[in-house]
Amino acid sequence: MHNVENSIREAAKKLLSEKKVDLIVGYERGTLPLRTTPCFVDKAEDVRKLVWNENCDANLSKYLLSRKENVGVVAKGCDARSIAVCIFEKQIDKEKVVIIGAPCLGLIDKKKVKAKLDGRELLEATIEDEQIRLKGEGFELVFPKKDFICNSCLTCRHRNPPIYDVFTGEKVSEAEVDEFGEIADLEAKPAKERWEHFKEELDKCIRCYACREVCPLCYCKTCFVDQTMPIWFGKTNDLSDTMIYHLVRAFHVAGRCVDCGACSRACPMNINLREVVKKTEKIMKERYDYTAGLSLEKIPPLGEFKIDDSQEFIK
Amino acid sequence: MVVFQMVWKVIGKNKIPTLIQELNKEYEVFTPVKKENLVFFERVSSGNEAFLDFQNTKKSPKEVFFPQTEILFTYEINKQGVEIEKAPVLKRDIVLLGIRPCDAKGFLLLDKFFSSGEYKDLYYLEKRRNTTIIGLACNRPLSTCFCTSMGGAPFGKEGMDLLLQDINDKYLIETVTERGEKLIKKLPWLKDAENGDIDKVRSLSRNVEKAIKSKVSVEGVSKKLDGMFDNKQWDLIHEKCLGCGVCTYLCPTCCCFDILDEATTKWKRVRIWDSCQFSCFTLQGSGYNPRPSGKERMRQRIMHKFNYFPKNYGENFCVGCGRCVQECPVNFDIREVVEAISTDIWREKDE
Ligand code: SF4
Ligand code: SF4
Ligand code: SF4
Ligand code: SF4
Ligand code: SF4
Ligand code: SF4
Repeated sequence: MHNVENSIREAAKKLLSEKKVDLIVGYERGTLPLRTTPCFVDKAEDVRKLVWNENCDANLSKYLLSRKENVGVVAKGCDARSIAVCIFEKQIDKEKVVIIGAPCLGLIDKKKVKAKLDGRELLEATIEDEQIRLKGEGFELVFPKKDFICNSCLTCRHRNPPIYDVFTGEKVSEAEVDEFGEIADLEAKPAKERWEHFKEELDKCIRCYACREVCPLCYCKTCFVDQTMPIWFGKTNDLSDTMIYHLVRAFHVAGRCVDCGACSRACPMNINLREVVKKTEKIMKERYDYTAGLSLEKIPPLGEFKIDDSQEFIK
Repeated sequence: MVVFQMVWKVIGKNKIPTLIQELNKEYEVFTPVKKENLVFFERVSSGNEAFLDFQNTKKSPKEVFFPQTEILFTYEINKQGVEIEKAPVLKRDIVLLGIRPCDAKGFLLLDKFFSSGEYKDLYYLEKRRNTTIIGLACNRPLSTCFCTSMGGAPFGKEGMDLLLQDINDKYLIETVTERGEKLIKKLPWLKDAENGDIDKVRSLSRNVEKAIKSKVSVEGVSKKLDGMFDNKQWDLIHEKCLGCGVCTYLCPTCCCFDILDEATTKWKRVRIWDSCQFSCFTLQGSGYNPRPSGKERMRQRIMHKFNYFPKNYGENFCVGCGRCVQECPVNFDIREVVEAISTDIWREKDE
């Protein structure tokens, strides 16, 4: 981990001092335990602020979307994949971006930690040798790190960025995991029960749009939610309106979502948003053998038309 | 001013359900309720639902008076013209039980916003005026609580009618206002507190207050912001903010709203929460937006909280509850911004 951190700093320093980039977007220490915060470095001497650990959870590709300068960006596997999707979709100029790829350690899910602590506040956390030590008022607990890894990381097969300009550290071996196992229970339920489940989950939504704002693929200048001429649907937090938001968003990211998990992590109401899109990811895999963000050349199935596409849905 | 006698009562923790049960006969009672891992203020129908062993609720209780979606009136357009049907009025008075001191102070700030000037907000005020607030002092503040920097305190009584103070297996009930006293009179079974207990909470209050570590130097910030509208720092301050509604929606004082008409079977005019962090905040019909980017919108948030509101109403528009600090998806920490403005030392954090 420390050697990755050091090589990120070195790579950043080199890029800045050779004037290959004007800015580095990475992570720095946050103000709370188990947190980092996005960090913008434009001076070579400031690269020492950059950190690399299991809490580097923001998907930084979001910060490349509106940039005019040349930017170096620290990217985990999923981040690099979302950058690739954005490059393909012409939202990020490949020539202006230097991807500093890093092998992902698997992110810590703060919500899992919170659930475990059940109302006791976490004041300090340290991660060492696959173990996590949680400290607070009157407690000090040690758990295996794997108990708190984000679900998106547990099912990830691309911890090494498939696309990068500089690679830091050493490549890690990719796990042979069951990518879609986590939605099996839900899939097995009858439609009515699934609907009830989604209703129950989404009823908690306060329409803060954090899930949209953190999603690297929600880059529309004006999201359909914000359009007023015409207004597509209601803006209240009435369940029927909230549902439309989530269903349409799921459609919009279908076939593009890289399962970075940023949406789920951001939701203050603990709604498992990945669940909604995971199924679309599975369909893409099964039907088209397609995984988003692995290539800059391959045209995504939903982006092209083939005369022999199966059209059994037209009855 | 009516002078009332400040009384101290005591209630065993195991009697809280009974208390709620009794209040329920006459009032709409809202208390913290635990759902999965989160605690929210909700209307309770039985005494056992209340969950008082919390640090603070996920959402602030502002939604009791200022709900995220509120129907202002419904109407129908027919041959006779427009027929308006008023929104139903409050049927019963409200009791809020378990309000933290920061949130109670938040209500006082919201009162200023909704009731000053020529136009009073009747929707807010009707609920607010008919509410009794039973606060709950904080024995275990969070590491992100900075109420003491914002003129509050973990045992603060501002904005409360009654204040519960936790000593082991019972709560001491301090009467703060006449409204609180009235409520106490309806509960003759409450026992009087003993002097020893009162001394106990007094020292507890001092100790807890001393234990608050999160401090923000807010003095002079409002004045400094006067000259900062065009400051270059805003370019950097907002940089990581993604413009979601988390900080402002969870905040006990943020009260921006939008009004729109929606049709279901009838037309309804609704008020919904808005946030200065959204890209369409202040987007005008012409397409012009005076706050076109995240920079102007973050400046609005900071300015409103620490400059405009203090100028208009004499107090900062933040009570230091720390919700925005805890919940921001990218760890944007408002305390750092205030601190930087105050000290002129801008974010430069070395390992
Ligand atoms: S939900 Fe759809 S319209 Fe809105 S930003 Fe995402 S992709 Fe764009
Ligand atoms: S939908 Fe969620 S998991 Fe998928 S790319 Fe967007 S933020 Fe990541
Ligand atoms: S982040 Fe959560 S609460 Fe906010 S809009 Fe998305 S689902 Fe709703
Ligand atoms: S919660 Fe954070 S990211 Fe969202 S608007 Fe507030 S400061 Fe910005
Ligand atoms: S600005 Fe943040 S800390 Fe201040 S009252 Fe609002 S949510 Fe609480
Ligand atoms: S302008 Fe922003 S900070 Fe002020 S009340 Fe509205 S949402 Fe809150």
